Parts: sequence; C-alpha cells; structure tokens
Amino acid sequence: MTVLEVVLRTVAVLAAFLVLPLLVGQTEHKVMAHMQGRLGPMYAGGFHGWAQLVADGVKFVQKEDVVPVAADRWVFRLAPGVALVPYLVAMSVIPLSPTLVAADVDAGALFVVALAGIGILGTLMAGWSSANKYSLLGAMRSAAQLLSYELPIVLSVASVALAAGTLSLSGIVGEWSWWWLLWQLPGAIVFLIAALAELQRPPFDMPVADSEIVFGPYTEYTGLRFAFFLLSEYAGIVLMSLLFAVLFLGGWRGPWAESIGWVWTLLKGFAIAVIIVWLRVAWPRMREDQLQRLAWVWLVPLAIAQVALTGVVVVVTG
Amino acid sequence: MSPEPRHLGLPGLIKGLATTARTLSRPTHTAEYPDTKPALPPRSRGVIALTEENCTSCMLCARECPDWCIYIDSHKETLPATTEGGRERQRNVLDRFAIDFSLCMYCGICIEVCPFDALHWSPEFEYAETDIRDLLHEKERLGQWMQTVPPPPALDPASAEPAEVAAANRPPRAAGGLRERPAPRTARAAKAAEPAPTEPEASAQPEAPAEPEATGGPETPEAES
Repeated sequence: MTVLEVVLRTVAVLAAFLVLPLLVGQTEHKVMAHMQGRLGPMYAGGFHGWAQLVADGVKFVQKEDVVPVAADRWVFRLAPGVALVPYLVAMSVIPLSPTLVAADVDAGALFVVALAGIGILGTLMAGWSSANKYSLLGAMRSAAQLLSYELPIVLSVASVALAAGTLSLSGIVGEWSWWWLLWQLPGAIVFLIAALAELQRPPFDMPVADSEIVFGPYTEYTGLRFAFFLLSEYAGIVLMSLLFAVLFLGGWRGPWAESIGWVWTLLKGFAIAVIIVWLRVAWPRMREDQLQRLAWVWLVPLAIAQVALTGVVVVVTG
Repeated sequence: MSPEPRHLGLPGLIKGLATTARTLSRPTHTAEYPDTKPALPPRSRGVIALTEENCTSCMLCARECPDWCIYIDSHKETLPATTEGGRERQRNVLDRFAIDFSLCMYCGICIEVCPFDALHWSPEFEYAETDIRDLLHEKERLGQWMQTVPPPPALDPASAEPAEVAAANRPPRAAGGLRERPAPRTARAAKAAEPAPTEPEASAQPEAPAEPEATGGPETPEAES
C-alpha cells in the first residue's frame, strides 16, 4: 500500500465521516418533523432546507468557546475529540462492498465494538471535567449505561461471528445467507436496542435527559466543541446502522451485488438509521432503573440464549 | 425499586410507532406564514379602523378604554342657519383621533361602545414596528385601515332586521293619524315584503292584517329612498 493510497483512503473515510452524519441528521430533522405533522427546515439552502445542518455548523463555529473557571481545562477541551475520533477510526473498517473498505481488518467486528466503547469515555471525561453537578450525573449515567449494554452488544456480535466462523466483517457478509434473518433475529433485536442505549438515543437518553439534568455531560459546552459532541452522536448512528446492516442484513448482498453492492450496504444502513429516528419520535424516555432492568433481566439472557442457539446450530450443521 | 411491571408495555409502544407512521404519511399542518397568508376567521381582531366621518367626538370610546390608549382632540364649529330665520347649529370637528397600539389590549370595548359605527375591527395584523412610538396610529393611518375591514356578516335567518331596513319597510303613516301595526320585525318577513314595498297589496302577510293596505299616502319619504 503506497503512501498515496493511504492518503486517498483516509480522505475518503473522512469525507464519508463528515457527509453521512449530516445526511442522517437532515433525515432526522425531516422525518421527525413529518411524524409530528410539521414541515421541518424549509429555508436554508433553498430546496426544503437541505443546508440546515451546514448553517448550524456555521453558527456553531461563530460561537464563543467558553471553558468554565472551575473546569479541568485540558480534560474539558480534549473530551469532544475523544468522543469523536473513535467513530472516525471505526468507520474505516466498515466494508461497503468486498473491495470498498478503507482498512480490511481481520477482527473487524471486535475492533468496531471496542472503539464504540471508547466513545463513551469522551462523555465521561466531559461530565467529570465540567465541574457541574448535572454534567457529573449525566456522565455517571452514561458510564452505567455503557457497563450494562456493552455485554449484550458483544454477545450478539459474538453470535454472528460464531455463525460465520470469523470475526472479519467482510467474512461475515461472505458467509451470510437469507435464513440468518430468522436465525439471528433475537440477536439482531438485542443488538439494535443495545446500540440505541450505547448511542444514548431515545428511549435511552437519560445521560442527556434535558428535563432532568439540563443536558448532562454537554451542559457546559458551547460552540464547536458542542458541535463535535453532536457530530459524534450522529456518526455513532451511522456506524451502528452500517454495522447492523453488515452483521445482520447481509451488507452488500442483493441484486447486482457485484456492481452496486456498496449501494445496498448504504441503503440497508440508512433504513436502520430511519428506524432509530422513528424510535426517538415515538417512544418516551425510560427511567434509569428501568434501563438497568431491561439490560440485565431481558437483553443479557436473550443474548446468551441467542449465542447458545447459534452454537447448537453450528455444531449440528457443521 | 419499582414494583413488578404487569406487562412490557408492548401494545403501547407499537401504537406509538403506528401513530407516528400514520402522521408521517399525511399532509402536515404547518402554515408557511410569510409565504402564504393565514385564513383568518371573520371578526378577527387585528387592528382598529376609524371612519372619521362617523365620529362625533363623543369621547365614549376614550372613556371606556381600559388602557386609556385613545386620544381625541376636537373643537366646536358653528354652522350658519340653513333657512331664513333659522337657528345656528354647532357641531364637533375632530382634530385628532389616535390609538396607541403599544398600549391597546384588543378588548374591543371602544368598538362595542361606539354609537355611530365609527370604529371597526380589521383582520390586518402586520403593522409591527421597530420603534414602539411608531405604534401610535393617528387618524389618517386609522382611516386607511378601513379598506381592510370586511363587510358585516349576514344576519341570522330569524334575527330582527336592522333598524334602517325596518324603518324603510314600515308602511307609511296614515294621513288621518290612524294607528297601524308595524310590519313584522323579522328578516324573513322583510325579504318577503321587499319586492313590493310600494305595492302594499302584494305583501299580504298572515301577521299583517289588511288595514295598512289602504293607507298608501303621500308621507312616505323614507320608503321611497
């Protein structure tokens, strides 16, 4: 791999990282608005407010970058980066098609799940360094959430990896066939719910519950650093949606997969992202104890049962 | 710890998804205001318009206004007698009529209380200003709002007819001082009587006996106009 190729691949990943979250964000604006009988943004950019998020970005850049006096300056300033970068790195190993992948890592599934866990560290740092009780409460909530939901997510990914006999994301799609949709259905549901919780999206957005703790760990943030946290949330949605498409929906498989396989991956991922938006619109926020209960009483046993089922089927058929 | 939940709440969750999906598939309710004007109901309270000619400077509106936001200045003028040996008459001339819309609370009492229909509601509402002092509308500006006043709504089918119409439709007074019954004071009856106000024979009505019919006399100045 030459230096030029590395640079090209990096730029491509960066471009996808900057464009896809905005696409999901705009979709959220519009879908949420229409689900509530509204129109959503209509002016920015002219045609149905397509440039709304660009305008938001310009606004965020113009705002003053405030660091509270009592804050832990360096940690406070570093936190948005820590939240953002893991998703950027994880994006590089998601394969859109067998050839269209920035870095084909052998243990891609493990790599992505590990990196997604690091993203929460940025939230934790932000909450701790803000010197604000609401921020701290939110950070503790997100830490508790991470601990509870990392397990079901890892177990459901393990189930797919076990079925495919590989941890490589390309390898998993290569082994995938349509009846996995039924076979891995419980694992897919567990993964989707746990991914929602890991992304701190409604109905699992207690860390930023604005009616309880202002805006949780992001309360003290303004301007570009706040925008980075928002971007990392939407980058997380993109990452989890694409990962779901690759693990459970067969990635690039579909008609004319040889030529337009990457379109199928993106379409499947986009459908999952729309579902994530839909759940946000339709469902209320859960209480903190309900969240923990859901994880330990339902998701973990369900995920373990899925792993056991996968194991049995693999042993019997293999 | 919360008590054991009786069920998972799944029906409610699915209902929520169905409701939002149904709303998604239907047209939105958003009124894109600056691009499309709102369809305001009749009698909307936008701004108060003034018909200067109707105002007699009686000050009723200014005195009834809870906010004291109406300013009226006037003076008396003496009109010469119209006939030989007649009496000179005085009348009020309006010098200033102003409503301060920064104080007005749009209660409409001034419009209700005006005995001469000089004040009217107009649904026009786009007169925001960047300086609060510009919200004081003098009588010229108040007069311009009159063009935006909608015509009065039609009367209810069974309502009493307006006083002017009733006066016009009343059969002429008998020359010999004969007391006649007034025409029935309903709009429906007035409509029935309208085609032939000058031919009393045609308007034979159950409530009106035949006696006024014979009294078509010369003293019908209002009915003819």
